[in-house]
Amino acid sequence: MSAIDYKKSGSILNPLKNLSFFARPAITEPLEPRRASLRYRGFHLNDWEKCVGCSTCQKVCDNAAITMVKVPELAEDPLNGVRNLRPAIDYGRCCWCALCVDLCPTGSISLSREYVHTCTDDQLSSYFMLPDPNGMHKEFFGEGWNKTAENDLVDPQRQAMNEMAPDARIANFDEIVAGYDRQQAIIEASRCVQCGMCHDACPTHMDAPEYIRAIWQDDLEEAVRQIYNTNPFAHTCGRVCTHRCETACSVGKRGEPIAIRWLKRYAVDAFTPEQIQAIVGTGDTTPTGRQVAIVGSGPAGLTAAYDLARLGHAVTVFEGLDRPGGMPRYGIPEYRLPYDKLDADIAVIEAMGVEIRCNTWIGRDITLDQLHTDYDAVLLGLGLQLGRSTRIPGSDHGGVVKAVDVLRDVTAEIPETVPASAVVIGGGNVAMDAARTLARLQRQVHGAVRVTVSALEDFEHFLADPEEVTEAREEGVEILDSRGPKACIVEDGRLVGLTTLKVLSIFDEQQRFAPKYDDGDEQMHSGEMVVEAIGQMSDTALLGEALTERLAWQRGRLQTDDDGRTSEDWLWAAGDMVRGPDVVHAVADGHRAARSIHRALAEAKMEERAS
Amino acid sequence: MRAENYEARNHPPSNEFEINFGPNHPGIEGNYALKVKVHGDEIVAARADGGYLHRGFEKLMEQRLWIQNIALVPRICVPDPAPMEVAYSMAVEQLCGLEVPQRAQWLRVLLLELSRLAAHLFTFGGHAATTGMYTPMFWGVADRDLLLDLFEELTGGRVYSIYNIPGGVRRDIPDDFLTRLSDTLDYIDSRLPDYDNLLFTNQVFVRRARDAGPVSQAQALDWGVTGPNLRATGLAFDVRRDDPYLVYDELEFDIPTEQPGDAWARTLVRRGELLQSIRILRQVIDRLPDIGGPIRAPIPNPLAWNVPAGEAYVRIESSKGELSWYVVSDGGDKPYRVHIRGPSSMHAVQVLEHLVTGCRIEDVAQIMFSLDACPPEVDR
Repeated sequence: MSAIDYKKSGSILNPLKNLSFFARPAITEPLEPRRASLRYRGFHLNDWEKCVGCSTCQKVCDNAAITMVKVPELAEDPLNGVRNLRPAIDYGRCCWCALCVDLCPTGSISLSREYVHTCTDDQLSSYFMLPDPNGMHKEFFGEGWNKTAENDLVDPQRQAMNEMAPDARIANFDEIVAGYDRQQAIIEASRCVQCGMCHDACPTHMDAPEYIRAIWQDDLEEAVRQIYNTNPFAHTCGRVCTHRCETACSVGKRGEPIAIRWLKRYAVDAFTPEQIQAIVGTGDTTPTGRQVAIVGSGPAGLTAAYDLARLGHAVTVFEGLDRPGGMPRYGIPEYRLPYDKLDADIAVIEAMGVEIRCNTWIGRDITLDQLHTDYDAVLLGLGLQLGRSTRIPGSDHGGVVKAVDVLRDVTAEIPETVPASAVVIGGGNVAMDAARTLARLQRQVHGAVRVTVSALEDFEHFLADPEEVTEAREEGVEILDSRGPKACIVEDGRLVGLTTLKVLSIFDEQQRFAPKYDDGDEQMHSGEMVVEAIGQMSDTALLGEALTERLAWQRGRLQTDDDGRTSEDWLWAAGDMVRGPDVVHAVADGHRAARSIHRALAEAKMEERAS
Repeated sequence: MRAENYEARNHPPSNEFEINFGPNHPGIEGNYALKVKVHGDEIVAARADGGYLHRGFEKLMEQRLWIQNIALVPRICVPDPAPMEVAYSMAVEQLCGLEVPQRAQWLRVLLLELSRLAAHLFTFGGHAATTGMYTPMFWGVADRDLLLDLFEELTGGRVYSIYNIPGGVRRDIPDDFLTRLSDTLDYIDSRLPDYDNLLFTNQVFVRRARDAGPVSQAQALDWGVTGPNLRATGLAFDVRRDDPYLVYDELEFDIPTEQPGDAWARTLVRRGELLQSIRILRQVIDRLPDIGGPIRAPIPNPLAWNVPAGEAYVRIESSKGELSWYVVSDGGDKPYRVHIRGPSSMHAVQVLEHLVTGCRIEDVAQIMFSLDACPPEVDR
């Protein structure tokens, strides 16, 4: 750069030096349109295959330029977190900041390398458009600003959960998962984009976005209020829920979903049952004078009891066993769901005025007909407490037991001889529960774990949750896949083990259950006990033959209308016996049945008044 | 938009006229009005009249999430938007205690200096045009366009780069970007003799600009004049050197000063700064490849981001002068209060009113432009 003394060298003739420009070649611009840069922020592109309609783009848009539009041709899939909403952009408002791209959980939105859109007065609506992968003018100009690791604003990592190490947990039944502390919970809650996919996927439609937001704002009372709107089994679901919410979570599309279940647990664990009762109140306590009997004190029965009691009905729950809680108490091991946490849920429900009568077996201590006579409505909320048998040779031996019985006896503290070695048949979560429970008992009694699980499915199609499998292995349980049970081997009246065959296929061409085995590949697994964990059913003996005959059944499950009412107008049914085994489905069912019962009772009252 | 400017006047003296410069006038980089009272060719009184570009940025920011404001803030100054983003981001970082990675700091310097270069080219052109010389204006705008190409490559936007977010920058440089930047700098460097011939040493321009709108150093300090307008009075004050931010303390550059604070001196200071910006950018080109690491510190999910309560004050040197941001957080997900002290509000109101009083009509436009005030930044 030449240094010029402007004050001296200034001359009126200086500009004339630039006349030399006339001698230079003219600058010409090429006629073809200029391509924008590789990261240009042009018009929106949206990959409809990737987009799930979570509307996060709409939330982060600072100009309210994005409207979510329903596209009826697209399929909705709430369980997998897919809505048929797609973002439409108003280019009268858009400022091309591309925050929608940076925050898109799925990475479906990008901006194109297209510069110009213009139109005549009568086409002004063309500034409002629904982007697809081809862009504004259906001519793909190439992708400009897109999602990269550099500009991605979605945090894909969930807060790690503190868990007991395998060595520490195998010696006892203490809860494995420690739960989040305040800081972890707030950070985890802050990852949520408030799309509500979790709400749609949840069987009982929990207001998860609202309670996650409340946890982020450190307002745990509000979180508990939101949780109890839809789920009085908050402590239980905060631990053992099948968390469909997390499957649907849109942050989970590329990263790890929000730990919704652990957040719920964190919120309710912060309070005692009395405090929770004070937060949620007791509902409408004006007595209606109506009486409802509920058979079974599991999640379905007690959820309905909670709702009905809050509506002013007098609710009595009959439980056949010593303690209320149903399958969560007698079927889920303590290391997953501590009894005091289940007690906390039940204490809140009892505080609503629900009476629970334990050790009262319907069909033995009181008949169902008696309930029909004494109460205005009866709800059956039975769990699946009977184990199914494989019926293989030797399975009638006394050393062959059902998993549900093993789990129930452990909870009920019925002393039993702990086998030094055991084989579990089954590959579901119940099989894992039984295996891990036995492993703990073996460790306490014998000092060493010798449990083998033989599952029909291969590991790719395994039924148990992956974390259950991992944790069981860490605790010393041996898990074998693709093994079909052949026979329980009894020698001199003593059970010595199980023989299994290699599975070739499980289903036939019509997708019916018809396992085929390789007879040449037989293995012997030694065990003093064989546990069958291949499925459960309800004990419906209380219904009696005549009523069983009148009710509708399908594959062993009682059929009801959409609201849980059976073909008998005084009888409702909810939970596992209708829906299959799952706590949160049972809760949803309990709400449905309670609504239906309340409606029926109100209608009956209207009729009484009219007559 | 002062109400009194639009009141009907009773019995004006027959030898005085009122002339409106603006609100649409090429003498300033936006919509802004200067209402002058003339006696013959002489201005006897002037009232600056802003507000035409008032969009309530400070208030709007209180309604938007911390992250959303990054799309809003560059609009506060169209010709030089980068300092707004950087200052806002730095204020949020100060509130959060975010440590900005080294590489991001260098990239911010790169963006700021490119933006300064583009802004100064624009100002030369504008100042030349207000003295009737349109070729430098076309040149200035055309050469600035080459820098906009670089902005487009680096940030995805030609004017509003929206490149900074609290914590760092959004993207690293594209492949071979530094080579193209270097080529463009060489080109602009090679153009300066042409600019000199046509403008800076052109006696038509020199004689018009000299003694137009002089400001003394004492007046400048009293009025809160900053930036090139202050340095044109001989005071070498530059926030980049006197209160260094980012990595300016690792860079070598001079602070051009001139005397005696007239329109001519102001433009010469900008010419000097153009050279210094090129010098800084060349150092960035040399150093950047050796600076590794991330370009952004992790921030929480922008939809659920509470910035700790507190207040932050950040000042940086924009092409117009000292730009200060005062941001207050009450611990929520949006700013509680934002105040922007743009350099232009001092230059375009009290200084301008004072400078044009007593000058001739034909100098009003060039005095306006030589102060390089940015009306949207005045109105905010």
